[in-house]
Amino acid sequence: MYSYDAYDQAIVDARVDEFRDQVARRLANEITEDQFKPLRLMNGLYLQLHAYMLRIAIPYGTLSAKQMRMLAYVARRYDRGYGHFTTRQNIQYNWIKLAEAPDLMADLATAEMHAIQTSGNCIRNISSDQFAGAAADEVADPRPYAELLRQWSSFHPEFSYLPRKFKIAVIASDTDRAAIQLHDIGLQLVRGPGGNLGFRVYVGGGMGRTPMIGHVVRDFIPVGQYLSYCEAILRVYNRYGRRDNIYKARIKILVHELGAVEFTRQVEAEWAEMEPLGLDAPAAEYDRIRAQFAEPDYDLAASDGIDRGDPDFALWLDQNVHPHKQPGYAIATISLKPVGGIPGDATAEQMDLIADLADRYAFGEIRVTHSQNLVLAHVRKADLYSLWAALAEADLATPNLDLVTDIIACPGLDYCALANARSIPVAQQIAERFASLDRQHDIGELKIKVSGCINACGHHHAGHIGILGVDRKGEEAYQLSLGGSGAEDASLAKILGPGFSEAGVVDAVEKVIEAYRTVRTGPDERFLDTYRRVGDAPFKAAVYG
Amino acid sequence: MRLLTGNVLETGDVVWWDGTGWSRHLHDAADVGADGEALLAATLAAERINDAALVDAAPTADGPRPRTMRERVRGAGPSVRRDLGVQADV
Repeated sequence: MYSYDAYDQAIVDARVDEFRDQVARRLANEITEDQFKPLRLMNGLYLQLHAYMLRIAIPYGTLSAKQMRMLAYVARRYDRGYGHFTTRQNIQYNWIKLAEAPDLMADLATAEMHAIQTSGNCIRNISSDQFAGAAADEVADPRPYAELLRQWSSFHPEFSYLPRKFKIAVIASDTDRAAIQLHDIGLQLVRGPGGNLGFRVYVGGGMGRTPMIGHVVRDFIPVGQYLSYCEAILRVYNRYGRRDNIYKARIKILVHELGAVEFTRQVEAEWAEMEPLGLDAPAAEYDRIRAQFAEPDYDLAASDGIDRGDPDFALWLDQNVHPHKQPGYAIATISLKPVGGIPGDATAEQMDLIADLADRYAFGEIRVTHSQNLVLAHVRKADLYSLWAALAEADLATPNLDLVTDIIACPGLDYCALANARSIPVAQQIAERFASLDRQHDIGELKIKVSGCINACGHHHAGHIGILGVDRKGEEAYQLSLGGSGAEDASLAKILGPGFSEAGVVDAVEKVIEAYRTVRTGPDERFLDTYRRVGDAPFKAAVYG
Repeated sequence: MRLLTGNVLETGDVVWWDGTGWSRHLHDAADVGADGEALLAATLAAERINDAALVDAAPTADGPRPRTMRERVRGAGPSVRRDLGVQADV
């Protein structure tokens, strides 16, 4: 994992001091809320329905056990004993006091963490594949490149006031576990001519009010030049992105209005001007960062055998454990979706336990997924049973990864000031309706995603079944969409028909799923594939009669 | 009826104008009626309550009931965590 050098630490410490001064001036009424609000947002501190909410960055979703313990400490000391892992691999706390925020940030800084650029019209936390560095199917570990992007984008003076927020995701395999085609920039590490590493570059994807799939603007940019290429993209966006209309300010609108071909031409022209200036990081800096993502000290004699004697363990093994590139090792996903629980929430006690288990079984490293689960990326197969048993005791071993109860849900109207409707109760009711594991396994892979407003933090556009909460004359209502995907086969979900009440939408989801079971070719045909094959007619008939 | 509400600067706590000061409890909220705009302006000018706003509500036997779910959730706490927010104290 990357560790701060003296510069990183000094930058973060200085920001804490600066924010402490800003908070003191606000509390003393020396500055107004209008003056203060952009300053607190630059530090990830929002005012939500019940209190201040702090969003802490988890760069490319990678945490050390020490950092997870710090998050547990924050939950206990400054919040109400829990945190909420988000769809951008961050964590949010919902009950923060402004007066305590500077101390909180000072504590975070001791663990090389911060909340900088988790809000505002800047480049946000760089997200990545939760299996990075461990996946059997990756061409190389994408995290060193994500870390360099983090350093490049932190306090980048040219990109601190973009037309709108800007999200970048980086992966290194053909299987997309980070929804790169739904980001402002999506980078896929690939092998190019001669086997050299480079990136395929997607631009202009996104969800929100106007969902769009990103376009490939470059099939291959060598790794030594991807920073300057990203800079060229940002420059074109910064120059021509709309600032007159917040709803048309994202880069996806610019790409759409110019057309991908013309947008690409402008990026290439900009890059041609910039490239000779030598703006890319020197090779020594790449090497310094790459060295910090060295392979863990694997047990080369680790056995590949797993005792599947315990049927509950075998269920978890089949659903939540993935192949690792290193023989004798596996990747274990910790479900934060117990039936009836709040998707993405973890208590301080669970965080501490996960930190302990990471130290014991996974080289002290933890990942956050955009599906609001956690991952231990390097676990000896021989340790999986002990790990599972410890997780199960803490309600962290639900074997439901990618099944109907593994639901993404934004905080919704239970917490969020932007929301129109509650998301979490809908997710809970669906999970309870489908609590039977036999039923879940019979249904197979099915990704349900729930957003409480059009901003789509719950990724409903990318749900096999997407649910959007809306306001109908002061009452909550829910719109159902089908056929979305955030994976390598990215697609946008299509609205099925008129909306429903809270109870009605759960019934409608069940009818959709029963219709799927009727028309699928067999248990091996996923819901998404059935939908793509038959269209929405059988689902409309099932739901609306 | 109309209620005046906002969040305390220091803590972010939800508060309601009770006729003489700020209360954490929705059932204490006063109908600000025609004085609403003046009270809102004074609140904004004082810069101690954030996101101050006037909201519509209906009088009930249990106290004012805001018209929107948003304000009802603000008044109680998260519906998915009954142990948190003002509802936990009642």
